[in-house]
Amino acid sequence: MKKIEIGIVGGAGYTGGELVRLLIQHEKVKISYVTSRKFVGKSIFKRHPNLRGFTDLKFISPDDISKVDVIFLCLPHGVTASKIKEFSSLSNIVIDLSSDFRLKSKEDYNSYYNYEHPHHELLNEFIYGMPELHRNMLKESSKIAVPGCTATGAILPLAPIVENFKINKIIIDAKVGSSASGASPTDGSHHPERHGVVRCFKPSNHRHLAEMYQELKNMDGKINFSPHAVEMVRGIQSTIHVFFDQKYNEKDIWRTMIQKYRDEPFIRFVREKSGGYRFPEPKIVMGTNMCDIGFEKDPSTERLILISAIDNLVKGASGQAVQCMNIAIGIEEPLGLTQLGFHP
Amino acid sequence: MGECPVCGSEIELEDGVRENEIIDCETCGAELEVITLNPLTFEEAPEEQEDWGE
Repeated sequence: MKKIEIGIVGGAGYTGGELVRLLIQHEKVKISYVTSRKFVGKSIFKRHPNLRGFTDLKFISPDDISKVDVIFLCLPHGVTASKIKEFSSLSNIVIDLSSDFRLKSKEDYNSYYNYEHPHHELLNEFIYGMPELHRNMLKESSKIAVPGCTATGAILPLAPIVENFKINKIIIDAKVGSSASGASPTDGSHHPERHGVVRCFKPSNHRHLAEMYQELKNMDGKINFSPHAVEMVRGIQSTIHVFFDQKYNEKDIWRTMIQKYRDEPFIRFVREKSGGYRFPEPKIVMGTNMCDIGFEKDPSTERLILISAIDNLVKGASGQAVQCMNIAIGIEEPLGLTQLGFHP
Repeated sequence: MGECPVCGSEIELEDGVRENEIIDCETCGAELEVITLNPLTFEEAPEEQEDWGE
């Protein structure tokens, strides 16, 4: 069987590197090219050293890309939108890992991203690439927008709760690894500045909040999101406090979660009564496409505490992108994504 | 067929399981003690308490 040909545009960054790592282990695809304007002609493993010995691909110029079956776009936010027509002409399936087509409302781009979307007429053509919520729409889709990493970590545990209970208020406290900031260094990411911090870098109005409101219906004004940069390279742990407008018990939450996610290949429930890993832990999902979800009811306040853990570069980006591709082209959903995590 | 007291999932035992044996719920992972076989009932198994700086 002919392998599916893949193009990766913007392959020098972390999500591009993760795509190469996952796709060279995928038995039904072949990477035709990976682009980087800065590293043209250099072997990919020079930029992504974990790939040494597993690929002899070299970066090509983005000016030299050609037709492929699936094109992944790992470009900075704002760049994809300006060139989307060119990319769309080169592939039947376009999978964008930037934020440029995640939102359906052009007004949201004005308010959350502070820019006028140059192709807002295309926003509704993109499917929000979260298989657990939109699997049927992803089947045979041709344009997919991969969700933001902290949005993924919040939406997945919250979706069943929001769909089935009356919610008064949600507070999301996310702990985020440094790779979520991307591969380009900044003053804030310089090692002496970044190391050891617990940095609340955007206490309110974070851009990913727009995705949460879009996907979690009827929650207008009820979602509060404060991410913190912590001492990890990979991973996001979201501790989510949910306040209800109704009575509930833990077994109601279990039934709701099981009903929604029982057959999902990349969702696990984690709830232990003892030991060091009682609830989801980013360290355990590192390198995997898993989203681990746990919860507990606070008996004194009726608050529900949801906890999720993902690898921001896998389930929060490139892994979810590959999962969407598998669904869109109609092959087995876990292909290329069955890596196990580490312990310890 | 019994019901997990934690998550409410149905649990079917393999042959040979006895009363007071500890099993895991395949859905939620809870450790359960088999209290009675007929009818099949479970309770959460006792866990060793730990002090996490509390």
